Amino acid sequence: MKLKSGSIQTNGADGGISVSLSRLASSDLVWKLLIQILSIIAALLVGAVVIKIIGGNPASAYRALFLGSLANRKAFWETLVKATPLILTGLSFAYASRTGLINIGAEGQLYMGGFLATLVGSNFAWMPMVIHLPLTLFAGFTGGGLWGLIIAWLKVKFGANELITTVMFNYVAIYFISYLVTGPMIEPPGTYPQSRPITDTAILPRFFQGSRLHWGLILALICVFLYWFFFRKLKVGYEARVVGSNYKTAKYAGMKPARIMLLVMFLAGGMGGLAGANEILAIQGKLFQGFSPGYGFDGIAVALVGMNSPVGIILGGVLFGALRSGGNMMQMIAGVPISTIYIIQSLVVIFVICGQMLTRESRNKLLIIFRRNNGRR
Amino acid sequence: MDAGNTILQIVSSFIEADLRVAAPILIAAIGILYMEKAGVVNIGAEGTMLIGALAGSIGAYLFQNPWMGALLAGLVGGLVGVLFAYLVVTIKANQIVAGIAINILALGGTTTVNRIFFGLNASSANIPSFQKTAIPFLSDIPIFGSVFNQFGLAYAAFLLVPFTYYLMKKTTIGLKIRSVGEHPEAADTAGISVPRIRYGTVIIGSAIIGVAGAYLSVGLLSFFSENMVSGRGYIALAAVIFGKWNPYGIFIATFLFGFGDALQVRLQTMGSSIPYQFLLMMPYLLTVAALAGFVGKAVAPKASGKPYFKG
Repeated sequence: MKLKSGSIQTNGADGGISVSLSRLASSDLVWKLLIQILSIIAALLVGAVVIKIIGGNPASAYRALFLGSLANRKAFWETLVKATPLILTGLSFAYASRTGLINIGAEGQLYMGGFLATLVGSNFAWMPMVIHLPLTLFAGFTGGGLWGLIIAWLKVKFGANELITTVMFNYVAIYFISYLVTGPMIEPPGTYPQSRPITDTAILPRFFQGSRLHWGLILALICVFLYWFFFRKLKVGYEARVVGSNYKTAKYAGMKPARIMLLVMFLAGGMGGLAGANEILAIQGKLFQGFSPGYGFDGIAVALVGMNSPVGIILGGVLFGALRSGGNMMQMIAGVPISTIYIIQSLVVIFVICGQMLTRESRNKLLIIFRRNNGRR
Repeated sequence: MDAGNTILQIVSSFIEADLRVAAPILIAAIGILYMEKAGVVNIGAEGTMLIGALAGSIGAYLFQNPWMGALLAGLVGGLVGVLFAYLVVTIKANQIVAGIAINILALGGTTTVNRIFFGLNASSANIPSFQKTAIPFLSDIPIFGSVFNQFGLAYAAFLLVPFTYYLMKKTTIGLKIRSVGEHPEAADTAGISVPRIRYGTVIIGSAIIGVAGAYLSVGLLSFFSENMVSGRGYIALAAVIFGKWNPYGIFIATFLFGFGDALQVRLQTMGSSIPYQFLLMMPYLLTVAALAGFVGKAVAPKASGKPYFKG
């Protein structure tokens, strides 16, 4: 059914222009990029109609969106600040997705990561930064990782559907944080429901004055590289992909899907946890209820639009980061509610889905024509 | 004797509360069942319910009648079903991905429309809500009488259970739906239109899920609040699995899941020393426990989740 790139083999050097065209047409990257861009444009156009319907002015709304996200250096830094957790939560979904698991739980993992990071980051002030900061980040990773690990354990041991358990665990995590910051972890004397502040030795430093852009971005990019490395260079990553595409084959080939799932969900959860640690250590400086504006859920859209590819996830993160940072400006200047960006976000996802499916068909037709023209024997 | 009476009363009011909070999950789960029987998994149920909840409060507000709210919720839910069916049947998109898209759309869409329609404090709007209707005589039965003192919509939900069972097991249309869910190729060969059955079940199922949303906003509460479904759509999906795709099984499953919610509310009002956050976790933990503990071999429709490509 599905034609893959490289399924066309021209015989000899008689190809000429049609061959290079067919190469181009069958090149995954060109197609994907083209579809993605067209889908985003289409989503923005429909988004304009939506803004019009709810009584806003699309032109001024988009102008404000642009002003707040990409128009100048300061706005762009802010976009990157928002993109940082999105890239990490996008990786959380992507790790699981490549292994055939559906992880809707990045939000909960993010909270649990934030919890452990706060626990370590607001204590041990005597440690030098070179030890304290990595330790705190590791705590964040572990917090989310363990939260993901439970999901995998419930799945491989009891067959509990991870799609549902991850959602349930989001709520459990959110209530747990609410309990912590109103109870055991409340900052003395207990006036506000928040934890003690993170000590200076565990704060993620900013790059320069006047912008919130911080080292978390580098961390996120390193994680993207490691994600690529895991699935492309490691044996276990290869096995994970096999488990994801065909569970039975993996099993017959002597792989251990259960162990792979446990590992992958630990890593996926760890990415969510790092997103939480990152948000606490660089932006918020303390733990409180609802410190994430839904980064965990947005990560799903990031991974979907980025099609689980490393570069795609970075671009997806920047795109939705831009929507988030520009959304504030849109609300302030154009008076269009910030929730509209969620509509635009979902439109992007819907159009990307449609684009992928529709062009798959037209692409297949195109490939057949090229094949005929090349006089395939 | 007195103590006995008190216990009876507690049990009775507990059953009443359990059914009251279980009903929206039951309605949503039945809606989900319709499409799952035809081989479509809709994790967009959460979002569809949320949209239904908003439509319900708007309908009830505009017409000053909760039933009109439920009706509007059903209509709008059906429209969401059209979109979802287009994505998964016509475009043949991955059903999980399409469901996620619906959920994101619902979150942004309802928040935006709610702010425009009701302003920032929606709870102040005067929205009529369902009142409990006691069925004469039946509601006087000791202990179980409380079963017959529910919102009108809850009775409809309870009737939906045997109706759905009958429809799926005893009628031709039910047979067609099941054949599409179990073996679409064979159904196609037998002259059944797979797309038509899937469109139909998705639209009807989504309409039912929309009504479940209205139960929240014009039943349990009398206003819409952002993300008020808070996982019930997913719990309904769990109920379908736990109930093994059987309407009666689903009824028992939702009654069990409602137990967590009802117990949580009761413990809170009793002034339990357990922090309230742990009580609020109970419905979710119970769902996880149910999925992990008691399911055994699941018997999902065979073509569940797979798009059908005509060969």
